[in-house]
Amino acid sequence: MQDWKRQKAAFASIAVSPVAWLIAFFVLPLAIVWLYSFGRNVGLTEIDISGTFSNYGRALEPLYLEIFGKSVAVAALTTLICLIVGFPIALAITFAQPKWRPWMLLAIMLPFWTNLLIRTYALITVLRTEGYVNKSLGWLWESASGLKVMVGMAPLSTWEPLPLLYNNFAVILGLVYVHLPFMVLPLYAALDRLDRSLIEASLDLGAGHFRTLTQIVAPLAAPGIISGVIITFVPALGAYLTPDLMGGPDSQMIANVIERQFKRANDWPFGAALSFLLMYATFILIALQALRNRKAEARS
Amino acid sequence: MTEKQPVISIRNVTKRFGHMVAVDNVSLDIREGEFFVLLGPSGCGKTTLLRMIAGFELPSEGQILIGGQDMAGVPPNQRPINMVFQSYAVFPHMSVADNVAYGLKIAGVAKPEIRTRVDEALELVSLGGLGQRMPDQLSGGQRQRVALARGLVMRPKVLLLDEPLSALDAKLRAQMQFELAELQDNVGITFVTVTHDQDEALSMACRIAVMNKGDVAQLADPADLYEHPANRFVADFVGSVNIFEGKLTVDEPEQAVVDCPELGRVYLNHGVTGAHETTVWVAIRPEKITMLPAGKAKAKDSPDGHNVAHGQIKGMSYLGDITIYDVKLESGRSIRVSRPNLSRWDQEDFSWDDKVSLQWHPTSPVVLLS
Repeated sequence: MQDWKRQKAAFASIAVSPVAWLIAFFVLPLAIVWLYSFGRNVGLTEIDISGTFSNYGRALEPLYLEIFGKSVAVAALTTLICLIVGFPIALAITFAQPKWRPWMLLAIMLPFWTNLLIRTYALITVLRTEGYVNKSLGWLWESASGLKVMVGMAPLSTWEPLPLLYNNFAVILGLVYVHLPFMVLPLYAALDRLDRSLIEASLDLGAGHFRTLTQIVAPLAAPGIISGVIITFVPALGAYLTPDLMGGPDSQMIANVIERQFKRANDWPFGAALSFLLMYATFILIALQALRNRKAEARS
Repeated sequence: MTEKQPVISIRNVTKRFGHMVAVDNVSLDIREGEFFVLLGPSGCGKTTLLRMIAGFELPSEGQILIGGQDMAGVPPNQRPINMVFQSYAVFPHMSVADNVAYGLKIAGVAKPEIRTRVDEALELVSLGGLGQRMPDQLSGGQRQRVALARGLVMRPKVLLLDEPLSALDAKLRAQMQFELAELQDNVGITFVTVTHDQDEALSMACRIAVMNKGDVAQLADPADLYEHPANRFVADFVGSVNIFEGKLTVDEPEQAVVDCPELGRVYLNHGVTGAHETTVWVAIRPEKITMLPAGKAKAKDSPDGHNVAHGQIKGMSYLGDITIYDVKLESGRSIRVSRPNLSRWDQEDFSWDDKVSLQWHPTSPVVLLS
């Protein structure tokens, strides 16, 4: 490896294009939006950057705080369910026979490579009133009713399709479905690195499998659990498409509100302020994680 | 000691991984209270055998009995044995004391008793007072002692040790060999150790099973293994040896002669038992050969022209306590001779290209049939 400190020219020639790209397409647009958040609309397309904090003031009104709070709650619940579902999946992949492992990982990754919109609409066809879940349940219900009639009992009441779509349940289900790979992959990475002899040592000392899992595997996989939680929670908090397509009137999340400010309400300054509040919240979370990592590194 | 019933009985155990036979129909008994060593090169099946005793692998065929009880269907966490892993497997997120207490807590031992037993175990492995340390604050040798204490504190019938000293540096390893043997003697628990290091095996073991390709090549105590190897593999694997092929020309109860084209005529003052064919192998250890200036050799207790050879020194390696010479015989074969440096000037007696004569006593060579 070349030392970049001694080969400054070479390093700079490699670094210049990504840095320019980052500045042109990330830092500058973000800076403009940041400036907008301190401005106000003066015409249909014109924004006067006056340095006002009124947008932030409005963003902190109870109406928006409530949506913020709800978004956090939905993202947290999504993350929790992903963890509960994802941990056994990651364990299963880790302890599967080596020849099966790539296929299991592929099964986790496959939905991830499909367009989000297509996946969401596919999920909608499964969950809607005339969808496969309700059809199957309806068929089971009718069959049970028919059986009861056959043995001479009163039939069941008519089948009412379950409200599986356009509510908070649908949003959480959709978010879990979309974000599960984000949870499984870091968990798998952490579990795969785990020294198997630690598990064997625990069994050897008389521990059962459950105790080994809670006292040895889970604590040692903690870094993977934490990164899984963060990279699931952050995108879930900013989820836009899933609540928009699968949610009901009461299940809009903060990203849907932001979208409305930029589009229908045409209030870019307010949308910018909301965006930045969301971003600050995310950054603080990531910074806390980085701090924790550094502490852990300093200890070892 | 030999009267005691075996604490572990391995009966016709075979282990296959796919088409690969790792352990091939092995039967052996491990006696209560002994320091038993499974010795062999990597891939000989010794670790697989140990893991089958621990319950981490299941035998494809055969039976393993611990304390007279068949272990088929008994999971690792219910076997009356504990294991010290090659990587030590000290739980990195627990303090030394918590590591040692882990098994006792699971066994439901009362808290005050756990504390005294943990302290005792740490004292036993000379880690007294380090209970609150975390594993990453310990040296490799100390981590290994934690693993030892963690097993010993459970007072198992048998403690299994998988290459316990392989990760330590040479000096510490030599020290730990003595300590382990002494510790085993003190606690009276049966130790079963796996190692590929013959020095380690010879210095610690009561008995050694040398394994080769899934099979036990010889089971004997250290001195027997070294002085009476059963075959070429054992002779070569345990210690350093010169092996020559030859024809058995005389085989009587009181004497035998093997004619080795590359070495000369080898005379033995005892008969060779069990030789069905005339092709045999003669093994002589380097330290059992005497080296003299050319022409000075006249092998005592042997007939004229037997047990002597002539050659030229082609290599020397001075190891301090001994010097090892590589002597090229008249036949072109090389033979290894070692010579103790009894005085401070001994290593100057011989030098490169010196012509020398070699001689040995009729009891020195071992005749091997396979």
